[in-house]
Amino acid sequence: MRSDFLRLERLPDIWCPGCGNGVALRALLEAIEQLGLDPDKVVLVSGIGCSSRAPAYTAFDNVHTLHGRAIPVATGIKLANPKLTVIVITGDGDSSAIGGNHLIHAARRDVDITVVVFNNYNYGMTGGQASPLTPSSSITTTTPSGNLDRPFDLVNLAAGAGATYVARSGIYFTKHLVDHLKKAITHEGFSLVDTIVQCPTYYGRFNKRGDAAQMLVSQKDWLVLKSVAEKKTPEQLAGKVIIGEFVNIGRHGPAAASTMKEQA
Amino acid sequence: MSEATVLMQGNEAVAEGAIAAGVRFYAGYPITPSSEIAEIMARRMPQVGGTFIQMEDEIASVTAIIGASMAGKKVLTATSGPGFSLMQEGLGYACMVEAPIVILDSMRYGPSTGMPTKVSQMDLMQTRWGTHGDHWIIVLSPSSVQESYHLAIRAVNLAEKYRNPVILLSDETVSHLREPIDTALPEPIIDRRLPAQKTGYQPFKTDATLVPTIANLGTGFRTTYTGLVHGESGFQTANGHVAETLVQRMRDKLFNNLDDIIRLETDHSDDADILFMSFGITARGVTEAVETLRSRGRKAGSLRFITLFPFDDDRVRQAAGPAKTIVVPELNSGQLVLLLKRVFGDTRRIVPLNKVNGDLISPAEMLTFVREENL
Repeated sequence: MRSDFLRLERLPDIWCPGCGNGVALRALLEAIEQLGLDPDKVVLVSGIGCSSRAPAYTAFDNVHTLHGRAIPVATGIKLANPKLTVIVITGDGDSSAIGGNHLIHAARRDVDITVVVFNNYNYGMTGGQASPLTPSSSITTTTPSGNLDRPFDLVNLAAGAGATYVARSGIYFTKHLVDHLKKAITHEGFSLVDTIVQCPTYYGRFNKRGDAAQMLVSQKDWLVLKSVAEKKTPEQLAGKVIIGEFVNIGRHGPAAASTMKEQA
Repeated sequence: MSEATVLMQGNEAVAEGAIAAGVRFYAGYPITPSSEIAEIMARRMPQVGGTFIQMEDEIASVTAIIGASMAGKKVLTATSGPGFSLMQEGLGYACMVEAPIVILDSMRYGPSTGMPTKVSQMDLMQTRWGTHGDHWIIVLSPSSVQESYHLAIRAVNLAEKYRNPVILLSDETVSHLREPIDTALPEPIIDRRLPAQKTGYQPFKTDATLVPTIANLGTGFRTTYTGLVHGESGFQTANGHVAETLVQRMRDKLFNNLDDIIRLETDHSDDADILFMSFGITARGVTEAVETLRSRGRKAGSLRFITLFPFDDDRVRQAAGPAKTIVVPELNSGQLVLLLKRVFGDTRRIVPLNKVNGDLISPAEMLTFVREENL
């Protein structure tokens, strides 16, 4: 990976030892490099939380916004200058709780931006509270007896809202992740990649998932490739999370809108 | 009347003034009594090569214009009290990242949903103190359709010049008035200062103006923004000295230029013994009340705040002249009057005249008030 994609003088980063965010960021930088994008035309936009500190370590134009608001800021940037490649780095809480409304509307509008969710299943920055992606029964500091709520399925949420490219991957599968990030970035229209990272400090510790290395390696057990999952029974897939490409369709353009008008 | 004279509604004048000033990006959410601005911009932006987008709420609207501003556009959004409350989060962020943005707030009766079609001046303090933390905002207040046009241009100019959010504080009545206006430009159009040198570029390094240049996103400067306290490099820090320097600079970049920013309009203040101090639509009634009092031999005068914030106590004291009595009519329970009591202490008699039923204060009511209160 090109070291000039990072602002080395800003390191070390703020992330805990064993955090998965660094691997996810590296995968994104790999994707940008492999695509040969002009670094002057890439803008990284983030919200608030551990994930959202990532853009400031990069040497691209970067905008650290408000909690949940990265997507509307990115929308404004992209519409103001459509030549830019605008990538949002966000977390599970940032994108699906406080920013959930913005997420579904950007997907509905099919704004040509890419949203990369560093999904660690909890709010790390504030000490390990439950997010809308925290699995049921999980222990967090705000669900001390286990999470009573059901989580969103972020892939289905984005797809249902109209996203034209949706994928999920995990940082154990770095090539898989880089490949899907590349497809998301080059996709014309709204794209989202649910990127599973470990939080050993809070989620892992509270839920006895082992240390950072164990959490990372365990992804190969509970993340199942979509192509493999298609051959499995629901019983065999219990407790598993499927990774791969879920939506990859043409964008909703004025053409699609006019068709709907004619039908009406 | 020049050839450029046209009949316009207040909201339309804001939209056209903004376009004349170079606004090419509008994001908004419908709300009475500002919706016409979104409707006009939906039609006008494509005509002038600009972009209109209706967002999902006011939080998204204000953050979208911040993004577009960072990418190099002159930007506007418009709203009213309930939406303005939602925009406070973005307004604070715009202060911190020094994004040139203009927000029109057309005041309606509140709190909460209140009376959407009724006028008020109840958002005055929200413009200044609505978002958290120490911050400084420029607030301009039009009293007519003509002035809505002029101040829309001035708001965009000041935002770009000082890298600061500007609030155009209108109200339901001025927004919906229709008056003939002259659309000639009242002042030259100002564009943001761009950085010259990529080598050693520091996003928040300033010269004597204390206003950093803006490297528009995508222009190769690899700039950096955060709502966290940041030094000249733009990178976050928890260093108290850097924080103090930043907050003081954000104040000083405006307060070193009060001659340029502050506009107060006075009428007969030189020899008045009774002076009305007001802003926005209320000042229209004051004009007639002062004329009537003068015609009866009473030494009345007025001071109208065209710039409400930054607020400079010394300038207000100076502009007030010798008047012993200062009447402060406003369509709220007393907001401007709080500032004036601070400015004048016990040196003048400060008399609030408040109306909170959703109607305007008529000149006749002002005259009755003066008579009944023995002012």
